[in-house]
Amino acid sequence: MLNQLIKQAAADVAAPSRRGFLKGAGGALVLGAMLPRTGFASEAAAPKVVGPADPRPQAFIRIAADDTVTVLVKHLDKGQGIMTGLTTIVAEELDADWAQMRGAFAPADGALYANHFFGIQGTGGSTAVANSWDELRMAGAAARAMLVATAAARWSVPASSVTVDKGVVRHAASNRSARFGALAEDAAKLPVPQNVALKDAKDYTLIGNPSLHRLDHVSKTDGTAIFAMDIRRPGQVTAVMARSPRFGGTVKSVDAAAAKRVPGVLEVLTVPRGVAVVAKNTWAAMKGREALTVEWDDAKAEMRGTEEMLADYRKLADQPGNVATDTGDAAKALAGAAKVVEAEFVFPYLAHAPMEPLNATVELNPDGGCTIWAGSQFQGVEQKVVAAMLGCKPEQVVINTVWAGGSFGRRATTDADYIAEAVSIAKAYGKAPVHLVWTREDDIRGGRYRPLFLHKVKAGLDAGGKLVAWRQKIVGQSFMAGTPFEAVMVKNGVDATSVEGSSDMAYAVPNLYVDLHSPASPVTTLWWRSVGHTHTAYAKEVMIDELAAAAGKDPVTFRLEMLKDHPRLQGVLKLAAEKAGWGQPLPKGKGRGIAVHESFSSFVAHVAEVSVDEQGRVTIDRVVCAVDCGQVVNPNIVEAQISGGTGWAIGHALRDEITLTGGLVDQSNFDTYQPLRNSEMPPVEVHILPSTARPTGVGEPGVPTAAPAVANAVFAATGKRLHHLPFTRSGMV
Amino acid sequence: MIRLNINGQDRDVDVPGDMPLLWVLRDELNLTGTKFGCGIAQCGACTVHMDGTPVRACQTPAESAAGTKITTIEGVSGKAAEAVQAAWQKLDVVQCGYCQSGQIMSAVALLTDNRNPTDDDIDAAMDGNVCRCATYPRIRAAIKDAAKAMGA
Repeated sequence: MLNQLIKQAAADVAAPSRRGFLKGAGGALVLGAMLPRTGFASEAAAPKVVGPADPRPQAFIRIAADDTVTVLVKHLDKGQGIMTGLTTIVAEELDADWAQMRGAFAPADGALYANHFFGIQGTGGSTAVANSWDELRMAGAAARAMLVATAAARWSVPASSVTVDKGVVRHAASNRSARFGALAEDAAKLPVPQNVALKDAKDYTLIGNPSLHRLDHVSKTDGTAIFAMDIRRPGQVTAVMARSPRFGGTVKSVDAAAAKRVPGVLEVLTVPRGVAVVAKNTWAAMKGREALTVEWDDAKAEMRGTEEMLADYRKLADQPGNVATDTGDAAKALAGAAKVVEAEFVFPYLAHAPMEPLNATVELNPDGGCTIWAGSQFQGVEQKVVAAMLGCKPEQVVINTVWAGGSFGRRATTDADYIAEAVSIAKAYGKAPVHLVWTREDDIRGGRYRPLFLHKVKAGLDAGGKLVAWRQKIVGQSFMAGTPFEAVMVKNGVDATSVEGSSDMAYAVPNLYVDLHSPASPVTTLWWRSVGHTHTAYAKEVMIDELAAAAGKDPVTFRLEMLKDHPRLQGVLKLAAEKAGWGQPLPKGKGRGIAVHESFSSFVAHVAEVSVDEQGRVTIDRVVCAVDCGQVVNPNIVEAQISGGTGWAIGHALRDEITLTGGLVDQSNFDTYQPLRNSEMPPVEVHILPSTARPTGVGEPGVPTAAPAVANAVFAATGKRLHHLPFTRSGMV
Repeated sequence: MIRLNINGQDRDVDVPGDMPLLWVLRDELNLTGTKFGCGIAQCGACTVHMDGTPVRACQTPAESAAGTKITTIEGVSGKAAEAVQAAWQKLDVVQCGYCQSGQIMSAVALLTDNRNPTDDDIDAAMDGNVCRCATYPRIRAAIKDAAKAMGA
């Protein structure tokens, strides 16, 4: 079974040396309190759940004499609950008692903790459960077998007669039992078994159990959870940076005299990304920056506004682009179509704006390396980038990953971004640990946006109302170009993250053509919760709705007819429609809309019910959602992620955009980039399809279908199509 | 020197009078449960109680807090606080958790004044607290759950 699983995993994730799992990861499985506790252990500020960020653990599981089992979690928990999910997977195979389980962020160590999808340590693409599913089940099962073998030897009974239940190892015939803590030290001396049996899904008691609480549910309700913002090192100083107000601008001259006179300001330093004000505390650093005069060189800066950029994009869309897919002959089929539907979609720049403004603390070490405390999402990248900056080895860059106050993609950068910035200041300052803090304004104006995108779609129906042709032109910046990921992500000029969800659409279209232009701009862009699907799913699902209307068909029936080869998409579509009461009449001024999409190998459908008043004010009355993410590890967390993803999507669709005028960002904080608020959040029902398929992610897949379902509901209520986002750009308020 | 009363204790801090209470708490007193989110009273992550009333610490100058009783997430107590924190834990409200200190401080203030809040009351009390993870449905459910527990 194990070999089969390894083979399957190797095929599924193209992992480097999956065969080496038991030898590598398994061989490093450490039981017992064997390693010295350093890092947080000495600090009063130690978070309750995040254990010691030990620089030298070599394991996924640590069983202590006090009977606690700590799972070392290699993925960043930025709210998606992965600390809890991965700990559950280990606990299941270990037959542990949930009460004895703890989670801790693994240190940065690519040899042990690489994400098998990426080849480096990092979190993203909703991969965490899928990535760790085999690895942690096997680690848990191996640890269980070692505990059983230890007990069997101690009691001189066959291992086959020893059972494990809720953290107790037992020999029923002789009525003897032992807890894990009492066996761990001896168990750790045994060789790691090379063949372990994994449980059948029907025997799971923890995986899929809705009563398990999140491991962080206490520390995040009493103020004790430690985020990067809360790190306090002895002698630490705070830095705030002045950066070019235009993307691509550089420092021309600095007048720091007034800034240096601000009480508490220690130093003003010019570093590669701008000018850092180092101060005794955050307030002094912020006041110091206000007093700073910097002249910027805009020679290489983006000077256009978003309207000019869009005008340029429209011109590009009329030119042939790099072909992402070309099946059949879309041009010919369109020319011969009985009905043609056309639309131009505009998707604005969007900021991630995680609740915790970006920040990191950096302490230079005597060996030439450094120690970083951050909500680190791409440890593998950060170690390499920082090592190059300091002239040390990557392993001398010690990263203590702590709870992240949200990310939504923002922390996963290909150049270490704000962490490299913090290192540059610590290096220039040299005298004390430096905590770099971004303000909200820095964040909103700091780029790394979901790119501005333009889609032009033309689709044709035959006389029977069947979709026969689809031609889509996509224009938007590539955030993979020029990064270490380019070789993998950009093929023949097509950045996969720009066209995913369009070029590989599931609907059966005999003639499909999608091409892409990736214009460059100094405006920095990045993946944003659900990446390309944020725009491609919207364009696709709104167009399909229009085509259904043009064909005179029900939107659900029309979709199902084109998804004959996609049972899992059909499954969520039917379930969402059924639970939402699809087809039941609604009063005037109300409408119901649907959308379905696959992203990150998970399948989601949304039905939205809206009311639209005479002023065009949209109220979302109800949202029903169906999700198929394979085997569910924690249904409570799946519900939270899909519901949260829904809120994320509709909040931005309603009114959010980052716009530029003359190269300057028009928005600056939550007054002008207005987040969804409690009273605007609709009730969201999440229905999960039972499945024992390999688990897939839920952090992102709840996003793509929410906004198009709302847009289609607005159409049902008003006859108005919302092609330009946010909805305020399409006449809604 | 400014004398503040934080969580029942007098604390003397040597800060400029215009330093926001938020930074006094976080940088001077190491009470990091109160969070920095926006700095302009738009997100509520820094919500604390001043004489029992929820205020945004990022827009409260230290000198204006002198002579008042300040309560932070570290010191919040009483029937409403216990009910709110228990409900938050029971319903697993948190995701990233960064906004939740502020959410809880607003919810405790609401339930201290109003044992049986309607949805409109919840909207009015909680709309100043942003959650980018959109944990809003569970926040609403937890407030109702806490209200029920307090009535019982």
